[in-house]
Amino acid sequence: MSNLKNLITRKFFAAGKLNRTFSYLLVIIGYLLLQSLSNAGALTSHFSSLLVPLTSYIVIAIALNLTVGFSGELSLGHAGFMGVGAFSAVIVSGLLTPYLPSAPLRLIVAMLAGAIVSAIFGALIGIPVLKLEGDYLAIVTLAFNQIIKTVINSIYLGYDNNGIQFSFVNNKISLGPGAVTILKGPIGANGIKRISTFTAGFVLILITLLIVYNLINSRKGRAIMACRDNRIAAESVGINVMHVKLEAFIISAALAGAAGALYGLNYSTLTPAKFDYNLSIMILVYVVLGGLGNIAGTIISTSILYILPEQLRFLQDYRMIIYAVVLIGIMLITNNDWFRYQLARLSRKLKRRRKKAKGGAGND
Amino acid sequence: MTFLQFLITGLSLGSVYAIIALGYTMVYGIAKMLNFAHGDIIMVGAYLAYFAMGKYNLPALVAVMISVLVCTLLGVVVERLAYKPLRKVSSLSVLITAIGVSYLLQNGAQLLWSSAPKMFTSIIPPNTIRLFDGQLTITHLSIFTIVVTLAIMIALTLFVNNSKMGKAMRACSEDKDTARLMGINVDTTISVTFAIGSGLAAIAAVLYASAYQSISPTLGSMPGIKAFTAAVFGGIGSMPGAFLGGLLLGVIETLVKGYLTTQLSDAFVFGILIIILLVKPNGLLGHKYSEKV
Repeated sequence: MSNLKNLITRKFFAAGKLNRTFSYLLVIIGYLLLQSLSNAGALTSHFSSLLVPLTSYIVIAIALNLTVGFSGELSLGHAGFMGVGAFSAVIVSGLLTPYLPSAPLRLIVAMLAGAIVSAIFGALIGIPVLKLEGDYLAIVTLAFNQIIKTVINSIYLGYDNNGIQFSFVNNKISLGPGAVTILKGPIGANGIKRISTFTAGFVLILITLLIVYNLINSRKGRAIMACRDNRIAAESVGINVMHVKLEAFIISAALAGAAGALYGLNYSTLTPAKFDYNLSIMILVYVVLGGLGNIAGTIISTSILYILPEQLRFLQDYRMIIYAVVLIGIMLITNNDWFRYQLARLSRKLKRRRKKAKGGAGND
Repeated sequence: MTFLQFLITGLSLGSVYAIIALGYTMVYGIAKMLNFAHGDIIMVGAYLAYFAMGKYNLPALVAVMISVLVCTLLGVVVERLAYKPLRKVSSLSVLITAIGVSYLLQNGAQLLWSSAPKMFTSIIPPNTIRLFDGQLTITHLSIFTIVVTLAIMIALTLFVNNSKMGKAMRACSEDKDTARLMGINVDTTISVTFAIGSGLAAIAAVLYASAYQSISPTLGSMPGIKAFTAAVFGGIGSMPGAFLGGLLLGVIETLVKGYLTTQLSDAFVFGILIIILLVKPNGLLGHKYSEKV
């Protein structure tokens, strides 16, 4: 029994480390490859325009995996955090433009602002929401997503030489000379200075990986997973379940906010309607297909599922139908008993072969 | 008087939510899955009725019957092909499959019927009843909607409480394995549940489209989400809960729109949902199951 346990723990950590190395390698090689291709002019302009959104989707997918995969809470509202981050960043960047001309510096400040505001929202939402469980938690996060979207939809913000003007629901802003409108209610933000870069996205992914891998391999991370696996058992060994879950949720929200900031500052126009539950669901699909609790898998699935449909635009209307069929197909096949049995047999066979090869080498 | 006006409008809107929520809650009660494709079945139902009435000039009643029949079939086929193989796996896989089905129906509709909205003629002539010297106007459609919903609710309650199949449904929602041991055909029971839920969705579709008089491939998503909220509101898995939740949601939405703000009405509706769930974590009429250690 202890032998078996030993084996499982050792295997788990090996897998964890392998997964970590693989994730970093994947991101770094992917970045170098795409950046050099881009510098050589080998990428079409359409493909290049997908790079920044891709990095921000990867970050938010990893953030969502922290909530769904590691913490075990089904969140259908992460697009809300992304929206909070995006619009906070747009506001901060818009207000700072006259004072902080350096674009990279402004991007950093805006992303930090996005992360912080989103973390505050994460705490505000997490405290009541995490008391609920399962599908109730899912619907409440979805509800919060809709609320956030509706509220951003009603904000009007602008400034002129006399200062900042803000109004809610009804547009009462009347700007004088030197007017700049930042948010226009349902129309969203227009004329955003596009300061996001692929390199910034790459750095954000690296920071995200650093945070998430360090968290899940720490004492706190093990507590998070213990709460997921058995709440009552975790409580009985003295883990403060609410506290631990809330911390994971806030970190996830902050990362989603930073990803949103990167995303928002990549477009010249941004509408709040973009960040509705459909986006949350899209990201959830990336996470589930990549594997719950598997970060390398999340990176791969997000890249494939985001880039592929965009590259299949020549299929026009059939594109999303194919996507839907593939989605259903993958779920049916990977959960098929026969297929699983064959997969397990194959992996056993491979392992035996590897063992044999190792054993042979040892005997020589 | 305006309050009464809003109340009746709200009850009529809430009735549509209630019918959809009944479908959600029955499916959830038995299959324990969030059927994200339910809203898109509503959309299909609306289109079927539209074509039956507009293109083939069938009478409204026949059009509704065709719509109900085809949606019932669609619900059963989707359940058999997509959800049945996944009955024993994690609920998240089923959720993703349901999302896939939703994408498929939505984009299929877009391909077949184009994404441009179509005019839907109400199945009930747009006549009104005027009361109190015209201070209170009630459309025939809202009365019809409320009556239909009440009839459905009574019929469904009788069915679930008294018929053999209803008993089987209740048994399956309690414990599938024990139900199977008692000789209940669980697969058939689940299929029948999906059939009823989808048929109800078609009825809701016609009522909803009659009220808004415009249909598009994304028609189902908003009432779908609202009805889902209504089902959770009342306690998911509970039929009276879904009914109450739907009506309350419709009334609250209309009152907020009428007295406070149109723009923020969704925020209020969802905010009230959150407050209710915090006070009663299992919804208004949901069961509380205590966890055994």
